[in-house]
Amino acid sequence: MSMRRVYLDHAATTPVDRQVLAAMLPYFTEEYGNAASLHSFGQAARQAVEEARQQVALFIGARAEEIIFTGGGTESDNLALKGVASALAAKGRHIITSAVEHHAISESCGFLEKEGFRITYLPVDQYGLVDPDDLKKAITDETVIISIMHANNEIGTIQPVAEIGRIAKDRGICFHTDAVQTLGHVPLNVNELNVDMLSASAHKLYGPKGVGLLYVRKGTRINPILHGGEQERKRRPSTQNVPGIVGFGKAVQLAAERMAQDGKAISGLRNRFIREVMEKIGDCRLNGHPELRLPNNANISIEYVEGESLILSLDMEGIACSTGSACSSASLEPSHVLLAIGCSHEMAHGSIRFSLGLSTSDEDIDYVMNILPGVVKRLRNMSPLYKTMQ
Amino acid sequence: MAQYSDKVMDHFRNPRNVGAIEDADGIGKEGNPLCGDVMELYIKVKEDVIEDAKFKTFGCGAAIAVSSIVTEMVKGKKIEEALGLSNKVVAEALGGLPSSKMHCSVLAVDALKKAVDDYRTRKA
Repeated sequence: MSMRRVYLDHAATTPVDRQVLAAMLPYFTEEYGNAASLHSFGQAARQAVEEARQQVALFIGARAEEIIFTGGGTESDNLALKGVASALAAKGRHIITSAVEHHAISESCGFLEKEGFRITYLPVDQYGLVDPDDLKKAITDETVIISIMHANNEIGTIQPVAEIGRIAKDRGICFHTDAVQTLGHVPLNVNELNVDMLSASAHKLYGPKGVGLLYVRKGTRINPILHGGEQERKRRPSTQNVPGIVGFGKAVQLAAERMAQDGKAISGLRNRFIREVMEKIGDCRLNGHPELRLPNNANISIEYVEGESLILSLDMEGIACSTGSACSSASLEPSHVLLAIGCSHEMAHGSIRFSLGLSTSDEDIDYVMNILPGVVKRLRNMSPLYKTMQ
Repeated sequence: MAQYSDKVMDHFRNPRNVGAIEDADGIGKEGNPLCGDVMELYIKVKEDVIEDAKFKTFGCGAAIAVSSIVTEMVKGKKIEEALGLSNKVVAEALGGLPSSKMHCSVLAVDALKKAVDDYRTRKA
C-alpha cells in the first residue's frame, strides 16, 4: 500500500488546476505564435493574451491596459520598486516598507539603499500588523514609494491596506502592495484598496509557475527594468509567455467563481486543525492574527522542537509543510517575520507553516493529527530543552 | 532546505544512543537555543576508554545525525583517540554534509571535547 501524501504547503505553490492546464495546452503546440508577430499565428496568440488581461483586470477592478504580465511575483515586486524609484529619484529618495515583507521587496529595498535611497522599515505588532499611525509619522517630503504587503506569506496576517492606501493617496505618494498571497484567496479590488501598484503570481492560485503580473494605475510613473522590446507597452519587454498568461487568466476566472465558497470551506478545516493541535499537542502558539489572516494559513510554534527536524519527520510520513527555522535556510537566522512579531528565537526555530488548499480534506487533517503528536513527542524526548522545562 | 545524504537521513530516522546517562562520568553541553542547536553529550568512561555515549539534541536533521554518529564513533575508543576526531571526519562518515550544515559537525565535536573536559575535571 502506498503512503498517504498530504500537501499542506499551498502558500509555497499550488498544483495547476486541470481546467487551467486544458486552457493552456493549445498555446504550446497549435497556437504557438509570437504575440508580437503580425501574421495570423501572432494574432491568435495576441488575442489570447489580451483576453487573459481582460479577465485579470476585471477580477481586480482594473483596466486591461493597467496590467503588466511578468515572469513571476518576485519580478513584479522588483519592477514596482526599482521602476518607480528610478522614475522618481529626482523627486525624492525615501521609501517606506514594513519589517515583514517578502524578500523580493526587502532585498530590492536593500539594493536601492545602496543606490542612495533611504528605507524606513515600519515595525509590526505581535500579530504582524502595521500601525497606520506609524506610517503617517514616517512620511517625509522625500517619500516616493510606500510598499506594504497585502497578506504575509509566513503568518498570513492581512494588513489594513485600504487604510494605508488612503494615507498614501492623501499625501500623493505611490503605494504598492505585494498581493501574491491574496489574489484568488480573498476579495481584492485595487480601487477599494487604494493601491497604485499590485503584484501577484499565477502559481499561488492553481495557475502555472513563471508568470506574474504587476498592476500599475494609469498615470503612475515607472521605468522598465528590462529593455529590448515593445511588449507590455514597453514596460516589460520579452516575448510573452502565452500559455502561462492564458493559464493565469483561466486561474483567475476559476477563482472568481469559487473563491467565496472555497475560502469558507478551507478556513473551516484550518480552524479545526488549529484547535486540535492546541488541544492535543500543548506548548504551542498560533503565530499571526486570530482573525485577520489568510483562510488557508496556520503558522504554529511548537516549543522544544526545531522546525527542520519536524518537517523532515513529517515528510517521512508523506506530510508536506514548511518552517521559519534558521536551519532551513543558509543564513542561520530564523524568519525575520517571526522575530518582527516578537517571537523568541527558540519559538521561531520551532515554527511550522501549514497552508491548506482546495484538495485538503477532513481525512487529510485526520491523518496529520494521527501523525503529528507522535512526531512532536519523539523530537521532544530527544530535546535537552524539553527536559530542562519539565 | 538542505539536501541530505542517505546516511544523514538514516541517522536522523533511527538515531543511535538517544537519551541521558544518569551516572555519566562526563557531560558536554554545546550550542545555544538562539541558534537553533543545543547538544548534550554524555559519556561513561572506564580505564580511559569511552564505554558508553548518549546524546540529547534540539536541532535540525544534521544536528541530530551528527550527534548520533559521534556517539557511535567514540564508543569503545580511548579518550585520546576520541579527542582526535575532527568535524571533517564526522561529516565524511555521514557521507558529507551540506556546507550550510558543517557547523553542526563542529558543534558535535565541541560537545565531545567538553564532555571529556568534564570527565577530567571530575577525576582530578
